[in-house]
Amino acid sequence: MIVAEQKKLEEIVGQIQDFNKILLVGCNECVTVCEAGGKKEVGILASALRMYFLNHGKEMTIDEVTLERQCDHEYLEEIRDMQDKYDAVLSLACGVGVQFMAEKYHDKPVYPGVNTCFLGATEERGLWTERCQACGSCILAYTGGICPVSRCAKRLMNGPCGGSTNGKCEISKETDCAWQLIVNRLKALGRMDDYEKLMPLKDWSTDRAGGPRKVVKEDVQL
Amino acid sequence: MRLNYPANLKIIRVPCTGKVDVIHLLKAIERGADGACVIGCMEGECLYNRGNFRARKRVMQARKVLRSVGIEEERLQMYNLSSSEGPKFALYANDMTEKIKALGPNPLKAAKAKLKAA
Ligand code: SF4
Ligand code: SF4
Repeated sequence: MIVAEQKKLEEIVGQIQDFNKILLVGCNECVTVCEAGGKKEVGILASALRMYFLNHGKEMTIDEVTLERQCDHEYLEEIRDMQDKYDAVLSLACGVGVQFMAEKYHDKPVYPGVNTCFLGATEERGLWTERCQACGSCILAYTGGICPVSRCAKRLMNGPCGGSTNGKCEISKETDCAWQLIVNRLKALGRMDDYEKLMPLKDWSTDRAGGPRKVVKEDVQL
Repeated sequence: MRLNYPANLKIIRVPCTGKVDVIHLLKAIERGADGACVIGCMEGECLYNRGNFRARKRVMQARKVLRSVGIEEERLQMYNLSSSEGPKFALYANDMTEKIKALGPNPLKAAKAKLKAA
């Protein structure tokens, strides 16, 4: 899922303080799971903002709504009539949702309430870690299911580097060396032969470096 | 046990303090309560194991929000006792009342009145 983290209140206040009526919009998907922008967080942030502005002598309306998704037309359409009544929208969706909202409601100022961080997993409640950088040509088949693109600091294809120490990456003692994890896993799978093979140059043309990307599935297009 | 505790304290019963969420605490303050406290069972004695630990975390989270909006975080408190400790309940109720008296009324009430008058 997409992992995000709520922005500090001061930053959010700075974005919206010149308006009088704000629609705070949450999203029921990824940002709900990472506890950054679901219905619960919308409620807490709305209450905090109302108290903040009241306490600072400003009359401010903050209303709440949480959509199934903000990255799909059909759900974003649900607030077409509603958004008209507000000066601006504060979205707690990931950057995708915020942009889709801005595209759809062209003359409505839209502000992000979260920082979108990465594609990751919930390791435990309150701890999310990165697993994928959407490089567009997945090599997990050759690396024991562990991604060196997102988890090796140097994105090495034939690791580890000389900085790998006791299973940790040279950037920090807290960070596992992705290549140590890959070796451990290949050993467990009895596939160390694969490790001996040199990995060819990775095709980076599918990565972000080639500009914004697109996936087209003509079969389902009407 | 005829114990006295301040009459200005309103009791809301919940099945377990783990049922109390951050938003409940914030709403209390937003709507003008001078303070709110959660009184849970002793730590380690929760029937649901971690209900009172969750409650403490949520009180702390709500206090952080109050701090960020410029309201005294001491308006929210967490206490623990076991269900048979009536005297302790009275003690906590008095302690909470003293804390709130020292802080004075919820600043949002004055702010609201000021906006209305303007
Ligand atoms: S190889 Fe690319 S697509 Fe596969 S997990 Fe890593 S970043 Fe994601
Ligand atoms: S120590 Fe491991 S994870 Fe860190 S850069 Fe070197 S190979 Fe990559």
